[in-house]
Amino acid sequence: MTNNKTPLIEMKNISKRFGGVHAVENVSINLYPGEVVGILGHNGAGKSTLMKMLSGAIEIDEGEIIVNGKKASIKNPRESRALGIETIYQTLALADTLDASANLFLGREITNAFGVLNEAQMELETRKVMKTLNPNFTNITDPVNSMSGGQRQVVAIGRAIYFNAKTLVMDEPTAALGPAETTMVKDLTLRLKTEGIGIFLISHDMGDVFELCDRVMVMKNGKDVGKFDIEEVTRDDILSLIIAGQLPEGWKPRNKK
Amino acid sequence: MTDTNLNTHKQESALTRIIRASEVDTRMLGMIVVLVVIWVGLNIATGGIFLSARNLYNLAVQTSVVGIMATGMVLVIVARHIDLSVGSVMGFIGMVIAWLQVDIFPLNAGWNWPLSIACGATLGILIGIFQGWFTAYRGIPAFVVTLGGMLAFRGGAFLVTDGRTVAPMNKTYQLLGGGIDGSIGTTWSMILGIIAILVIALGMYRSHASRVKHGFPTKPIWLQLVMFAVIAAVIFGFVYIMNSYNKPRSDIGRGIPVPVLILIAVVIVMTLLSRITKFGRYVYAIGANPEAAELSGIDVKKVTTFIFVIMGILCAIAAVITTARLNAGTNSMGDSSELLVIAAAIIGGTSLAGGSGSIPGAILGAVIMQSIENAMILLGAGSGERMVVMGLVLIVAVWFDTAYQNSKK
Repeated sequence: MTNNKTPLIEMKNISKRFGGVHAVENVSINLYPGEVVGILGHNGAGKSTLMKMLSGAIEIDEGEIIVNGKKASIKNPRESRALGIETIYQTLALADTLDASANLFLGREITNAFGVLNEAQMELETRKVMKTLNPNFTNITDPVNSMSGGQRQVVAIGRAIYFNAKTLVMDEPTAALGPAETTMVKDLTLRLKTEGIGIFLISHDMGDVFELCDRVMVMKNGKDVGKFDIEEVTRDDILSLIIAGQLPEGWKPRNKK
Repeated sequence: MTDTNLNTHKQESALTRIIRASEVDTRMLGMIVVLVVIWVGLNIATGGIFLSARNLYNLAVQTSVVGIMATGMVLVIVARHIDLSVGSVMGFIGMVIAWLQVDIFPLNAGWNWPLSIACGATLGILIGIFQGWFTAYRGIPAFVVTLGGMLAFRGGAFLVTDGRTVAPMNKTYQLLGGGIDGSIGTTWSMILGIIAILVIALGMYRSHASRVKHGFPTKPIWLQLVMFAVIAAVIFGFVYIMNSYNKPRSDIGRGIPVPVLILIAVVIVMTLLSRITKFGRYVYAIGANPEAAELSGIDVKKVTTFIFVIMGILCAIAAVITTARLNAGTNSMGDSSELLVIAAAIIGGTSLAGGSGSIPGAILGAVIMQSIENAMILLGAGSGERMVVMGLVLIVAVWFDTAYQNSKK
């Protein structure tokens, strides 16, 4: 596939310990432009920890991250964002008492020369973004804690895509959504992919994984137990990796059977 | 997409719709109603003394000190912290200012009072950095840091002059306390009132025009006019009352007292800071969800420290008014006023859960607290009875608020 290009992201031999626990142990993964890579595994397998190191929410213990061929040191979320990496957290990370526009621009407000917020401009941009994601989303100025789970998700997604991300990390983006909103997120993911954005997708939903991902990596107990092109594996193969940490006996790639 | 569950609003009565459209916080509206009821009740109880020009003038001056500190306490509490030290810090800074002004600098020098105020403000900033740094960068709960501060700075206030009261203050400085000459006169009061009304009219017009320009939903014109009329009437009424309280043995109206002017300036600056600057936005974001704020790239520690610095400056301003009004520095200044300040913020709708609270609300809270205290003094109640009532008022106010918040869900 795209292996002749420079990867957008190279994570090399990444490790992270919390006290005595090896949350992530010597994991390497690449991401190319226009590619969706699924990160799969049980709860506590280290998926979110690995991605949080890319987002700058957690610092790396060992290993390195290379962005566009250049070694990057990501110590906090600001540095990650500056490298074009946007994250949709599982918890959404929204400031509940603020409205959609305040959340969309949180940490990156539009201001005038005196540092005064340009609310009108931000509201205008928010309305534009929200329109592309969900035309029915009009209560932009309500605090997000009065919104439905789907609308909150849309705000979190809007925040990630508005700032021209090159890399997107999506942690369980459809877990809290109804069917219609799940479809919206999937369509959006595919659209972003065709725009050349690289996407790391953490998901438990096998349907999503097979529909969206080009490649998958399965993690168990902090370790990488297998990386595959999606064409090579079946649902059962992946479940076996997630549960047992190994492929079924006598496994052959699905597409070469 | 289905929109069935996205934009369903409950059926609302006409009144609820109007209140919603006015974007006036219903809670704020409720507080104004409560205040009016309290005022009328207290006026009857005191046989008409409470709402006299003289008493309202005193009430306004008394509210200034607590009100100024309450504006800062709102930010502190919104960011999920607390500051128990404000009373002691105010006392300490006040003692330092008084000591510098009376014992160190030549009392009648023209530069004395500005310099002593500048020293007080600098001290406020340093105290803010000290408490903010321990809270933000060393992760010690603000409750503990400022509890320590409450003890330490009260001790500091004593140590400045070994407990000796320092007096009298510089003549010009005394005007800042709102004494006999500490007001700006009827003409200036009227001019300021008119300017305020014009600025508000302009602001409302520009905000409306901007929403029309961007095609955003707007409030109905008649409603905006009604709101403007109410605000203008309140401003005019305030100026009228301040002007109708005469100086002793004369028919010269006093006009707006200087401490109230300072309070108004503080409220404007603090409201703007909290509403239209990045900093204010971050304070609310941190309070709403500290983790999200951090993940959004906000420097939570720096913002937190800055909140305490602002609190320190406000304590210095309160110290100036208090020492000027007393015409002295005493080490008991601000004793237990942290409780009034916190109570004002909480009665004014600042949520201890963080992320919400308004500065005008805190001022209303301060006015309510001060009105009750003032009326009880008029009725001859002792300090013990006053403390009992104030304590109960705080509990009942928060109880109502909790019930109100739950009923909204």
